[in-house]
Amino acid sequence: MSGISRPPVVVVGAGPAGIRAAATLVEAGLHPVVIDEGQRAGGQIYRRPPAGFTRTAKQLYGSEAAKADTLHALFDRLVKDGRLTHYAASSVIAVHERRLHVLGEGGVRVISHDGLILATGASDRVAPVPGWQSAGVYSLGAAQIALKAQGVALGRRIVLIGSGPLLTLVGAQLVKAGADVAAVLDTSPWHQQMRGLGGIAARPLVALRGLALRARLGGRYHAGVTLDRIEADEQGVTAMRWRDAGGNERLSPCDMVGMGWHLRAETHLADLVGCAFTYDEQWRQWLPKTDEMGRAGNGIYLAGDGVRLLGADGAEIAGRLAAAACLADLGHPAPSTAADLRKLAGLARFARGLACAFPWPASMAQALPDDAIVCRCENVSAGDVRRSVDFGGGEANRVKSLSRAGMGRCQGRYCLLAAVELVAAQAGCTPDAVGRFRAQAPARPAPISAFLRDG
Amino acid sequence: MITAGRIVRLAERDRARLHFFLDGEERSALAGDTLLTAMLGSGHVLRRSEFGSEPRAGFCLMGACQDCWVWQDEGPRMRACSAFVTEGMKLRTTPPKSWP
Repeated sequence: MSGISRPPVVVVGAGPAGIRAAATLVEAGLHPVVIDEGQRAGGQIYRRPPAGFTRTAKQLYGSEAAKADTLHALFDRLVKDGRLTHYAASSVIAVHERRLHVLGEGGVRVISHDGLILATGASDRVAPVPGWQSAGVYSLGAAQIALKAQGVALGRRIVLIGSGPLLTLVGAQLVKAGADVAAVLDTSPWHQQMRGLGGIAARPLVALRGLALRARLGGRYHAGVTLDRIEADEQGVTAMRWRDAGGNERLSPCDMVGMGWHLRAETHLADLVGCAFTYDEQWRQWLPKTDEMGRAGNGIYLAGDGVRLLGADGAEIAGRLAAAACLADLGHPAPSTAADLRKLAGLARFARGLACAFPWPASMAQALPDDAIVCRCENVSAGDVRRSVDFGGGEANRVKSLSRAGMGRCQGRYCLLAAVELVAAQAGCTPDAVGRFRAQAPARPAPISAFLRDG
Repeated sequence: MITAGRIVRLAERDRARLHFFLDGEERSALAGDTLLTAMLGSGHVLRRSEFGSEPRAGFCLMGACQDCWVWQDEGPRMRACSAFVTEGMKLRTTPPKSWP
């Protein structure tokens, strides 16, 4: 090697998108750096238990076991052969002028990049239900992670609420594992689910698998419910109060509630690097703008659920595409992308069907009682948010500074979407006119000591 | 004292047993447990909200919500969902006095 060596291409996230992106870069002869918060690569959907756990891939990932195995083996081989550098259990907390500030166990290190692929994934899209700040309320993703990575159920008697594929999947997985699932409550009524059928039929096998999982839930599953409140005592959740499609009041005693309405793209880093965003009507959330390859401009590429909510298969494809775009822009020969772009279009059709069949409960968020908590971090109530609109107007960041919704330690990740609906309803405008909370560094809370160096 | 906790172990029960301390009381856990699994194996909550009266027991389990903060006697704050329990660890549901 001669001359000045260039900084590496950096991939953030080692889920399906990040692993495929890194592997594509390696195939082209590059040595990428992969930064991931997990102890072991795989992301959330293909999350691996700690060393020493013995369940098989089939037990952990069901019908997706082969895909999980392939990705894990691919990544492990690239690490073992020294083809990439992997920083595990590390969080990118800030990005400034092509330098990433990365918080790991040894403190903060600064890594320069010559191309940045953000594959930061998604988390559950949650909506406040009165009482959701209680101990024993978790996201659906949390229930799945607990089962997959720890072999545990997060309660002795479980009620799942929300809508979307994960609601059915987590319910079926918990039932199969032997957990006591009392009820699975879907806010989407049957007629709404039928409306999404056209798009969902774009992946008939996946649709059939979903129906089979739904069948496993039997009489636990109820469509078209109204969620009233989560009851709790000193130890946490005691019951879920709800109404069935016929309007009858129901009470389901339980000590755990899992909630989620599909996914929310994790866009904090995309915001910090200056990506433009658009409000996506279909997913009722703000998503970063890219071209079809995932190019966001200025050496930034986005892939996976952090930019388009297409699920794990779509994330693998998007990871390859983003790496191909990065390679082309750096002047390297890039792999052919025509077949991947075609597949992505089919997945997008399917995703549109899902979004239609299992919608975000906007009207539920808009109608929250004043005393219901919107921000779990700092217990900011719906009334606090509404009063801030009356005082300062219907703009997201003004609401944030006046009410402190979105100022807490999760930085608005779990309250923004509901807060936007509340603000829009109070101000009499549309959610896109409200805007979104500006992301600030650090993207994760970081102790001051992490920035101090000895001597 | 070992009491029945929030979580139910459905699989992977044949791991080595280890001990840790929670607010000074000895508890048992299994090797490979996160702090969250270990603490909720014999209890129902991880900490109390600083902004309300209710206890908290974690929410997202993927390091994003910061609802599962716990502390060690020696001071450092940890996310109970992402850190693993080790033999003899001294955990607390409240920050030590020296914590700012």
